[in-house]
Amino acid sequence: MATKTIIIIGNGMVGNKFCEKLLEKSADFRLIIFSDEPYRAYDRVHLSDYINKKPLEELYMSSEDWYSSKNITLHLNDPIVHLDITKQYVESGRGIQLSYDYLIFATGSSAFVPNIPGIEKEGVFVYRTIEDLDLIKAYVNTTQKGTVIGGGLLGLEAAKALMDLGISKTNVVEFAPRLMPRQIDHAASTVLQQKLQQLGLEALLNKATAFIEGDTKIQSLHFTDGSVLETDILVISAGIRPRDELALKSGILVGPRGGIIVNKHMQTSEPNIFAIGECALFEEMIYGLVAPGYEMAEVAATTICEGNKSFKGFDMSTKLKLIGVDVASFGDPFIEEPYARTIVFEDKNKGVYKRLNLSPDGKYLLGGMLIGEANSYNMLLQTVNNHLVLPENPEDLVFGERSSSGQNASTGIAALPDDALICSCEGITKAQICHAVTEQNCENADAVKKCNKAGSGCGGCVPMVKDLVTMTLKQQGKYIRNVICEHFQLSRQELYDLIKIHELKTYDEILDSLGKGDGCETCKPLVSSLLASTWNEMILQKGNDTAQDSNDRFLANIQKGGTYSVVPRIPGGEIHPDKLIVIGQVAQKYGLYTKITGGQRIDMFGAHLNDLPFIWAELIEAGFESGHAYGKALRTVKSCVGSTWCRFGLHDSVSFAIQIEERYRGIRAPHKFKSAVSGCIRECAEAQSKDFGIIATEKGWNLYVCGNGGSKPQHALLLASDIDSETCIRYLDRFLMFYIRTADPLTRTATWLNKMDGGIDYLRNVVVNDSLGMAQQWEAEMEKLVLAYTCEWKAAIENPHIRKRFSHFVNAPDERDTSVRFDEMRGQKKAADWNIPSITS
Amino acid sequence: METLTNTKWLTACHVDDAVENGGVCIKHENQQIALFYFTRRNEWFATQNECPHKRQMILSRGMIGSLGEEPKVACPFHKKTFSLRTGECLSGEECAIKTYPVKIENGMVYIGVEN
Repeated sequence: MATKTIIIIGNGMVGNKFCEKLLEKSADFRLIIFSDEPYRAYDRVHLSDYINKKPLEELYMSSEDWYSSKNITLHLNDPIVHLDITKQYVESGRGIQLSYDYLIFATGSSAFVPNIPGIEKEGVFVYRTIEDLDLIKAYVNTTQKGTVIGGGLLGLEAAKALMDLGISKTNVVEFAPRLMPRQIDHAASTVLQQKLQQLGLEALLNKATAFIEGDTKIQSLHFTDGSVLETDILVISAGIRPRDELALKSGILVGPRGGIIVNKHMQTSEPNIFAIGECALFEEMIYGLVAPGYEMAEVAATTICEGNKSFKGFDMSTKLKLIGVDVASFGDPFIEEPYARTIVFEDKNKGVYKRLNLSPDGKYLLGGMLIGEANSYNMLLQTVNNHLVLPENPEDLVFGERSSSGQNASTGIAALPDDALICSCEGITKAQICHAVTEQNCENADAVKKCNKAGSGCGGCVPMVKDLVTMTLKQQGKYIRNVICEHFQLSRQELYDLIKIHELKTYDEILDSLGKGDGCETCKPLVSSLLASTWNEMILQKGNDTAQDSNDRFLANIQKGGTYSVVPRIPGGEIHPDKLIVIGQVAQKYGLYTKITGGQRIDMFGAHLNDLPFIWAELIEAGFESGHAYGKALRTVKSCVGSTWCRFGLHDSVSFAIQIEERYRGIRAPHKFKSAVSGCIRECAEAQSKDFGIIATEKGWNLYVCGNGGSKPQHALLLASDIDSETCIRYLDRFLMFYIRTADPLTRTATWLNKMDGGIDYLRNVVVNDSLGMAQQWEAEMEKLVLAYTCEWKAAIENPHIRKRFSHFVNAPDERDTSVRFDEMRGQKKAADWNIPSITS
Repeated sequence: METLTNTKWLTACHVDDAVENGGVCIKHENQQIALFYFTRRNEWFATQNECPHKRQMILSRGMIGSLGEEPKVACPFHKKTFSLRTGECLSGEECAIKTYPVKIENGMVYIGVEN
């Protein structure tokens, strides 16, 4: 068969997907793309990440040489200006004339800009492309107040972008009486509005803009109700307009309100010309989401390859995180009495709103919406799409966040039919995912992703893919164990016990007797951590050095550019002026950037590998020791100044913090752990956000455990109250040994407790009441670890074999790595930005 | 292994200078080469020192191991893994790293670089 030519107009996400889909089906076509944008296809869904400094390279849909490797010709910056549908040829802006066998419109949409007087003023922007974002970024520096017209999904995204750019006062103006009018109802909008307000985003509803005021630059918006809003920058996000101008000009049928009319095979009024994505109008509807666009690409590619597939409309359910708030709507979110019965749950305290629309007989779910918390979205969507019969108490689906919810979910996915669409971005069904497990031996969601791309788009379905994999493995009779990796068919806890029983002391010994293969970056640091937790020997000795995580191997934290940061221990945050001076001198001598850490100590950045032993020799000489900032170990015990100075202080929190920090320093655990001691209930040390925190009371100390800051903040829970210092330390010994022994790898204490059956009551029973009879043993084990402590850095610089490893070039040990680059900021150095990624062939 | 007609053998270091089950970095003119002594398998490997993901000169400090039978190195920055044998990225990215032949003679390590 002679090679036929397909010309694709537009290189957005959908146009790109069309090329992928077509190449999967046939190699008999020549693909030529014309795009009026200067960049190849990028992920427009995650455009706002670009504002947060995500480089464009990471947003690209494919690597630079992908097109040439697939024999696709890509003309960027070159729009098609003329199309002749009878002679079947196109002409580009740069004068390229080509004839085609098939033509694909993937021209997408542009922002709809309403005709408001003054709209041409400086400071008015749209939000669609990388170029728009660059323009906004360049303008924003001088402004303080920002406004977005349009309270829909894109408008709120744009508002987030303005906030991310540092505009703290951002307003959203919406013509309708509620936010996101196409997705959520009035009550949901009210909850969303309150949540956004807490985050600094004000919504003005029922507002129509009459005109824009300002000399050359925008100064304010005047509304039809007479009110005025001052603003320095305005972003218009009032809807999209399909890019159909070329189609219209060429005699292809378009809809009265825009959009290239297509049939169920995505064919336009000319059968060999197709339209897909946001420029296509199917049954009087424009589909402004990426998943239906991908489905259209699939249908068009199949039709051209003479297959039979039709577009049947598309579920417009969405789930997204808007400025940190979950918003989801699915099925028919608005259907009401008498066609549906609704269940509504509203928690204004937490900012949660959930609505379920049931069929009038209460048997089926028709749709709904979730604001503030949307964990059950995937299951609810599947329940709607697959017409599943609801359980007796359907409210449990969303409101029953009780301990049995996990089980409900798994019986739920078992009931899904085989053709249930799980990953709508890639069009992967339940059967395809289960098949990947049974026939292609995928044992986790990552393997499934590689196998059939499920979960590689927006990622929203990944939790459900995981559940399906687990369920399928179980059905096959495979025993699901939390094994470490391919080299150890054991859980961390099993390995911990075996190391102890067999008194194993090196990684190779353990791999030879308990594992197989040659190890990897998962099991090596895990085993090293267990060895350290069990024996507390110098981690870089006995051939264990290369089994350590990179930071442990060089006893420092690797930073951007390949230099390291140095953190000496400053117990309790107390430091003598002489030592402060030493830190200053060392930092000056070795050219280090200094910063105070959140744990009341000082971090020095930008140290060359070669300099580390010299830096530490000077620090140790001045009485410092390793701070273990690089290890899965105790970081700091933060303290307030306590009763020695503070007029409110009940006890000497600093002394107790120092005592505790020095007791547990250097002990390796499943993850890092942090602590704090406060001298009174005012809690200036923020002890309740720590893995263990201690607060002074009139009668002694209150001990709190399993708190966490970080990405999932969680307050610590009270373990024991009004205890004396000695009891407090005994409880801590037991608590820490219990954690070290039983937690999964890389699990902080908060997550460990969350997974523990019986929760804090069980933990208290074990630690305080010694319900397992382990207290004595754990206290003895901890005592051993405490006595075995030595400063790792002291040991490292005194041992010539270890010290030798701190050089970059083994054949030029005195030379530093010349590829390391720094920039300057506020009079100090900073690491140069990541080099632009290149693909080496 | 590739044809070595055009190969110049760079004297890298003494066998004792290499790190057991780990890597060291060799300076070769303006280039950096990572040299790995996979003691468990009694094999030597050499690759470019730069991780192509964020273009960092770092692979010699990476952790080595195996994926099935394939020997691999993991970059310390974002844990991208590469085959030590072929240089292929094993974490599903389209980038690969360059590999070099290695030979041991009289206690010295030699790396084959193009002439």
